[in-house]
Order: sequence, then structure tokens, then C-alpha cells
Amino acid sequence: MGQTLAEKILSHKAGRPVGAGELVVVEVDQVMVVDSIAGSFFKRLEYLEATPRYPERVSIVIDHVAPAANLEVAKAQKEIREWGKRHGIRVFDVGRGVCHQVLIEEGLAQPGWVVVGSDSHSTTYGAVGAFGTGMGATDIALAAASGRTWLRVPESVKVVFRGRLPKGVTAKDAALEMVRLLTAEGATYMAVEIHLLDGAEALTRGERMTLANLTVEAGAKAGLVVPSGEILEMYRVPDWLYPDPEARYAKEVEIDLSALTPRVSVPFYVDNVHEVAEVKGKRVDQVFIGTCTNGRIEDLRAAAEVLRGRKVAPWVRLLVVPASSQVLEEAARDGTLLTLLEAGATIGTPGCGPCMGRHMGVLAPGEVCVSTSNRNFRGRMGAPDAEIYLASPRVAAASAVAGYLTTPEELEEVHA
Amino acid sequence: MPRVWKFGDQVNTDDILPGKYAPFMVGEDRFHLYAFAHLRPEFAKEVRPGDILVFGRNAGLGSSREYAPEALKRLGVRAVIAKSYARIFFRNLVNLGIVPFESEEVVDALKDGDEVELDLESGVLVRGEERFALRPPPPFLLEALKEGSLLDYYKKHGRFPGE
Repeated sequence: MGQTLAEKILSHKAGRPVGAGELVVVEVDQVMVVDSIAGSFFKRLEYLEATPRYPERVSIVIDHVAPAANLEVAKAQKEIREWGKRHGIRVFDVGRGVCHQVLIEEGLAQPGWVVVGSDSHSTTYGAVGAFGTGMGATDIALAAASGRTWLRVPESVKVVFRGRLPKGVTAKDAALEMVRLLTAEGATYMAVEIHLLDGAEALTRGERMTLANLTVEAGAKAGLVVPSGEILEMYRVPDWLYPDPEARYAKEVEIDLSALTPRVSVPFYVDNVHEVAEVKGKRVDQVFIGTCTNGRIEDLRAAAEVLRGRKVAPWVRLLVVPASSQVLEEAARDGTLLTLLEAGATIGTPGCGPCMGRHMGVLAPGEVCVSTSNRNFRGRMGAPDAEIYLASPRVAAASAVAGYLTTPEELEEVHA
Repeated sequence: MPRVWKFGDQVNTDDILPGKYAPFMVGEDRFHLYAFAHLRPEFAKEVRPGDILVFGRNAGLGSSREYAPEALKRLGVRAVIAKSYARIFFRNLVNLGIVPFESEEVVDALKDGDEVELDLESGVLVRGEERFALRPPPPFLLEALKEGSLLDYYKKHGRFPGE
């Protein structure tokens, strides 16, 4: 019988053919730990009287509150550095960037690997064909101590993207459309397997990361993009890393990229996705461009293209937080940074920024934020009644200029 | 007698514990005091050990933060009933030794403030004269629960249940 991509990877790891529904214990290629749960991770290892079994397979990233916002965080991050040194574990310190972006840049997620991370957006590693999945501190500590983890082999949902994106429409719009069609629980316990066909293979690694990243907002355990296009040039992709043509899927969804328009996710649910046209005119207080979803160089360039020669509306704060130090360097080198600054943007330390409402741009009661991030839950970025609209970097940039939710195309018309 | 705290559908882990109250923001000894700080500010003060939390569909979606269910455990919650669960939250509950029961009917039947008794091993729930049968936890979880949590199990046996 044919296997899905998830079944292929987990069979390879288990050393025997396994199918959806089976419980397997598999070796883990990389364990990713973020600063916000590192204390719990250390405590659990201490309780187990264990240290990481394979130190080279563990990475700690200081990104969720970087640099430290208060004394508690400062103490926790000091402990991370000391612990890392003591146990020979690599630590990516303040300013290196968001965990998922950093692991991809460092080659710590590879096609066919199993990567477990203490962050729900660990599905992002699926962009390069790795089975990436998010877990809590206990699972992560057990994975580090044992070098293994237990998984129920998931059923898969097949999502086919066909064709090419029209000008002005981005991978974020495609990802939001996918979440709308699947709903917030439509892929719970399942792997979302993304097939790019009829021109969609041209999507870059960064764009694939945006797609894989948002699969967790449909409840997915993993978001696997079938390797194609530039991934085949950038990575050694094992020849077994393909779903069988006769593989069975729990559900199949098709999205025609060429017919897509800009999308926005309306509070307080990520799957509450609408066309920008339906909510345009909403007054905006803050615009945030960044995160593991949309903080890459192509995202900053897309924003800069809209902002070139324009100014942010006087009542809007535009916060740009590059996803990594490499992204920031590249933006400095190619002039993107200057364009952003001239338009009135504030640049933050590479990392998660204000995404979780802990620092660097907390929202006051009643405020409205257009964000390129991935969650618009109640109170996520601050006050419980503050509103977060999720959109692409282009829409975010246009909204910063207008001072209300809009698209770059609308902006052109107003200024024409 | 334990009481029921009933919540709606799509309650996410930001609702259960907002990010700004993470243990590494406010201290290991305090974070649980902010459980449901936005959604139900009186909860952390009024909840009693043994109380039962009841959720609708897709309980615990969103962030993988184990400190959200850990806050509930600190406050004495040992069991949760939901119509369905988001997967990371489900795993975290299992790992912490909080029993995640699943039932549409029982969730619909229970009201906020109900006084109930629940046997964690058999899944028998009693409200006054009424008895409800919840599906008992799977063997993997029961084995782990006998030792306290999955962490306790691994510490004692050096392997996962069933491995």
C-alpha cells in the first residue's frame, strides 16, 4: 500500500513500515529549546538525573524575549548560557534570531529528519522536508535525555497549490487561505502535506516556510512540503523522500494560486480569514513586520517596495523585527533597511519581537495592530481587547502608510 | 465536593496562561496565579484542588507552552473533559499526569458550578443522582499515571510505556 510523506519519514526512522494510527518511538535528529521554557527543560532533566544523550543534537535559542525585558528573564537567560557551557550545548544568543529561522539557516533541519521543538511553529521545518513538530517541556526534556520521542503516526491532509501567485499576492495570503479552508481544527493530529504543482514549485524556501509555519494554525502535527524547486538544489534530498502516488489521505484540498487575492485574518481566530477588501478602512495604531512567519529578507524587501518614497501615517508605529541577524545584515547591505528607516520604521533586535505580548510593542486597551505574525488570539499582544489583524508584509506596509487597513494597490489609487 | 469550571470552544493556551505571565517572566513560584487572567480573572483564586475543567472543541490550541497546563496542575486540577483537544495540549496534559477525558455528551450535560465526583481510573462521573461514563484513559496514560506522570515513569523504568 502507498505511503504518505509522514509515513515515509517515520517508517524510515522506525526501521520498519509503519502506517497512520500506530504508536512509534523514533530517534530525533535535532531537539530545539527556546528561552521561555529552558528553565522547565533544565528542571526536568535534573529530575531525570540525565543530561542530553547527544549534545550535538540539541540547540537552545534565546529569542522569545531577547534582549531580556526584566530581571526574571535576565536570570533565566544567564542560566541558559552557563548550562550550555557546562554541557557543551550550542546556544544561539540574543540577536541571532527566531529559533526556526536560525535552525534553517544553520542547516540544523534537513530533508527526512525528525526535529522536535519547544515551540508550536516547529512545523516550519517541513519547508525543507523535515518532520518538524512542536512539543512541551517534558517531551523536549525526554527527547534530549533519551535521543528519542514517541509519536502516533499521523493521518495526512493533502493540500495542493497550483499555478503562480499573481503580482501583489504572497505566500502569506496562500497560507491564510489554507487555514481558512482547513479551519483551526481541520488538521488536528494530522500532517498537512503540501504539494506544489503547475508553477507553484517556484516558491522559494522562505515562502515554503511561511506555508509550513501556518499549518499548525489548522492543528497540524507537521506541515510537510514535498521537496521540489530550489530545495532540490539547496539540499541533498534522499531519494525515498516522496509520497507514493497511491498514498491515502484523510482529506484533499486544492488552492489555485493564480486566482488568489490579498487575505487578512480577523480577530480573535486565525481561521477567520477574509479578503482585505472586506475589512479595509479599519484604523490602525501599530504595524508589526517580522516573526518566523514573515520576517525574512524577501518579506522586508516586499515591505520596502511599498514604503519607498512614502511615510508612515503620523498616528502609526511601524515596528520591523528581522527574523535573524543574517536577514538584518542582508537588509543593511542591499539598502532595504534605509528605505524602511526613511519611511519611519523602528527596527528591533532579531527575534520574536512583540508577537507574544511580552515586550517591544505591547498593545494598549482598544488598540489595533496589523501584524505579519501567526496568531491573533485575544490578549496575545497585550490588552485583552486589543485587536490583531494578520496579513502579508505588503498589506502591513500599505496599512502603515494609510493609517488604516488597506492594500498597496488601493494606496496607488488614492495617491494617483 | 469538586466543582465544574466550564469554558467554551477554541480556548487557546494564551487564554489559559497569557504569554506575559510565563514562569520566566514572573517567577517559577507565581505564574500559576495568572491562570485564565484575561478570560476568567477570579479562577486562580477560587479554584480548589480536585476541581474539573470542562472545554468545548479544540481545547488548548495554539502555543506549545507546557506551563499553561502546569499552572492548572499547580492549582490542583487533575482532570479535564473536552469535546476535542489540540494535539500539543493533549500531550502536555498526559505528560503532566492530568487526565484528558473526551466526550461531547458529558460536556453538553455539565454546567458551570456543578458539583461532581469523578473517578480518574474508571471514568465514572457522578452528579447528584446522575451517573455518566467517560471512556477511561488509554493504557499508555494509565501506566504513566501509576507512577505519577510520564516523567516519573521514564525516570523509574528508563523507557516509555509499552516500549
